[in-house]
Amino acid sequence: MDAAFVIEKFILVAVIFGVSLLIAMYSTYAERKVAAFLQDRLGPDRAGPFGILQPLADGVKMFMKEEIVPATSNRWLFMVGPGLAMLTACIASAVIPWGSPIAIGDRVISLQVTDINVGVLYIFGVVSLGVYGVMIGGWASNNKYSLLSAIRAASQNISYEIAMGLSIIALLLLTNTLSLKEIVAQQHGWHWNVLYQPVGFLIFMVCAFAETNRAPFDLPECETELIGGYHTEYSSMKLGFYLFAEYINMFISSAVMATLYWGGYNYPGMDYVAATLGTTWAPLIGTAVFFLKIFAFIFFFMWVRWTIPRFRYDQLMNLGWKGLIPLAIANIIVTGVVIAIVEKF
Amino acid sequence: MNINQNHPLLTDNDPQEELVTLNLGPTHPATHGVFQNVLQLDGERIVSGVSTIGYIHRAFEKIAEHRPFYQITPLTDRLNYCSSPINNMGWHMTVEKLLNIKLPKRVDYLRVIVMELSRIADHIICNTIIGQDTGATTTFLYLFQFREHIYEIFEEVCGARLTTNIGRIGGFERDFNAIAFAKIRKFLKEFPDALREFEKLLNRNRIFIDRTAGVARVSAEQALDYSWTGPLLRATGVDYDVRVSEPYSSYEEFDFEVPVGTSGDIYDRFLVRNEEMWQSVRLITQALDKIEKEPKGIFHADVPEFYLPAKEEVYNNMEALIYHFKIVMGEIDAPRAEVYHAVEGGNGELGFYLINDGGRTPYRLHFRRPSFINYQMFAPMSKGMLLSDAIINMSSMNIIAGELDA
Repeated sequence: MDAAFVIEKFILVAVIFGVSLLIAMYSTYAERKVAAFLQDRLGPDRAGPFGILQPLADGVKMFMKEEIVPATSNRWLFMVGPGLAMLTACIASAVIPWGSPIAIGDRVISLQVTDINVGVLYIFGVVSLGVYGVMIGGWASNNKYSLLSAIRAASQNISYEIAMGLSIIALLLLTNTLSLKEIVAQQHGWHWNVLYQPVGFLIFMVCAFAETNRAPFDLPECETELIGGYHTEYSSMKLGFYLFAEYINMFISSAVMATLYWGGYNYPGMDYVAATLGTTWAPLIGTAVFFLKIFAFIFFFMWVRWTIPRFRYDQLMNLGWKGLIPLAIANIIVTGVVIAIVEKF
Repeated sequence: MNINQNHPLLTDNDPQEELVTLNLGPTHPATHGVFQNVLQLDGERIVSGVSTIGYIHRAFEKIAEHRPFYQITPLTDRLNYCSSPINNMGWHMTVEKLLNIKLPKRVDYLRVIVMELSRIADHIICNTIIGQDTGATTTFLYLFQFREHIYEIFEEVCGARLTTNIGRIGGFERDFNAIAFAKIRKFLKEFPDALREFEKLLNRNRIFIDRTAGVARVSAEQALDYSWTGPLLRATGVDYDVRVSEPYSSYEEFDFEVPVGTSGDIYDRFLVRNEEMWQSVRLITQALDKIEKEPKGIFHADVPEFYLPAKEEVYNNMEALIYHFKIVMGEIDAPRAEVYHAVEGGNGELGFYLINDGGRTPYRLHFRRPSFINYQMFAPMSKGMLLSDAIINMSSMNIIAGELDA
């Protein structure tokens, strides 16, 4: 391991971290603009041209707000909650391959922070940890609404993780690897996994909605029932962290969906582009395509949120346990049988 | 330890108690208005509940005993402030019934227009709020701009938007101007498309149907036992509508239908209100046609001793000055009588029970407020419901705090 490698990774981590935050920041702006568009309104347009400085204004506002810690709360846990939510949201991006390796001179730079051979499991682990931020925050607030919300969040995330895991197993039967880098490499050109695993993708996407607590699964923070849900008692940047973590989670979920099912940085005709542009510039186009896919998913997340109502708690559980899990198991069986038949003949 | 004798649920402070006491309101985002429900929860299921009302009780009935008739109109604004023109008209009609004033047809039709517009505004609020409370915020904000258009029409007619204080005893204070008619026509043209889109978003939406159908089911017997009226009663299948059973303001000349539901659940209430908006559109269209046939420029009955004269008249004409003085000082010759007049408000039968002893002010005035009467069932109904269901049940009952507490 040479010094250049360490510096390279440092830069990559910093860039990915910065880009995650930037995209999360502008997701809040995009959310408001998309909502306004769907609701026949204008949306934020005061701060800067078309309101593009709105996220900055929001951020400054968040920092300047008075911070209130409820007297009866558990002070230490109250502070850990939002930090944990933010931390788990940020570290999940470490294993996502953002593009094919770039060759500068004779040095090949991988656009992936680390290619651990259990990348899929790592993401699952980190996402599972994410619920602790919500649970701890809801518990430490010492507020009944927050507590109800924390209970909802815990049961929802645990239930949907099972369906999510099962939907991934069918994919793993196909790819034979847990490394995200290899999973992406296998989807070269337009051999995207979604074409072989459409049902698995649907299940995964529904679960991703539930895992990120987005509508129609936003039960932990549905304002009409639980006021603010787990962040009812939070103010200032602690509240900001929770809201921000949700947008980072949305970004990461979109990236994971694009990586696992929609070919990551692969696109039809990439071989031709690589041949003409060379290995220095072609990967950047791949990265751009990858981000395009991510943005499409983020838009989809918002479109759904501003269109349909949310589930009730028991309906959510029914959908998870009686709908998605049996479907995911059936998907595994069908996939397994088909693979066995194809390999035999 | 007894915290509050009025709240039997709050008195229990046993740490071993398995049930959770939850204060829903008075400043909860789902209680659209200031009222409180103390609920006892077993997980998410409501075991029992107690409703507290009176947070914005302003003693309107008592205040009304100290005011001449025309000064009571602003009080009625503040009952159901989502459809105040209906309240204003109801009060004017009550006094007109007492004084035995017969209105010209054109005034009746103008009143029908104003009342049906405010019914649409009221139902827009209730139905979009059901959408909002189930999580579909877009439906709320999308249809809400048409409420704004209705308010612009009110602004054109009387100058105010929310607490309108529209009209006078004996008619209107001025004629609708050309802009008002143009705005009404524009509204009639644009609103149906938006309402159709709104219905497309929710009526056949699987999640919405799952959330609302079969929830908070009420039988017709139960509803009548609690003397429910309005869309809530009609959703249970009883076709009682004051506009049909006791026609006022020439409603008998109009061709419209009274939509009824079957099961009285939230979904039925939603559909009934939507259909009523369609019927209101029909009514307004018919009223505009009828006005065309009436002589122009008539906007009040010819009753100088009860109808406030124009300011110009007051300054230049002695009779007008005398009438103005007498009306403002409450010295009108009102018969000693008891009258009850009801109109179909946004939430149900809005009644005014007026006892007059020949003095300057009413001897007694009682408002029959539908929200107050409908709300009685909320706490008993909530027993055994999930918290989420109870909240959309509350939104579908369209409880307006001003009308609830008076």
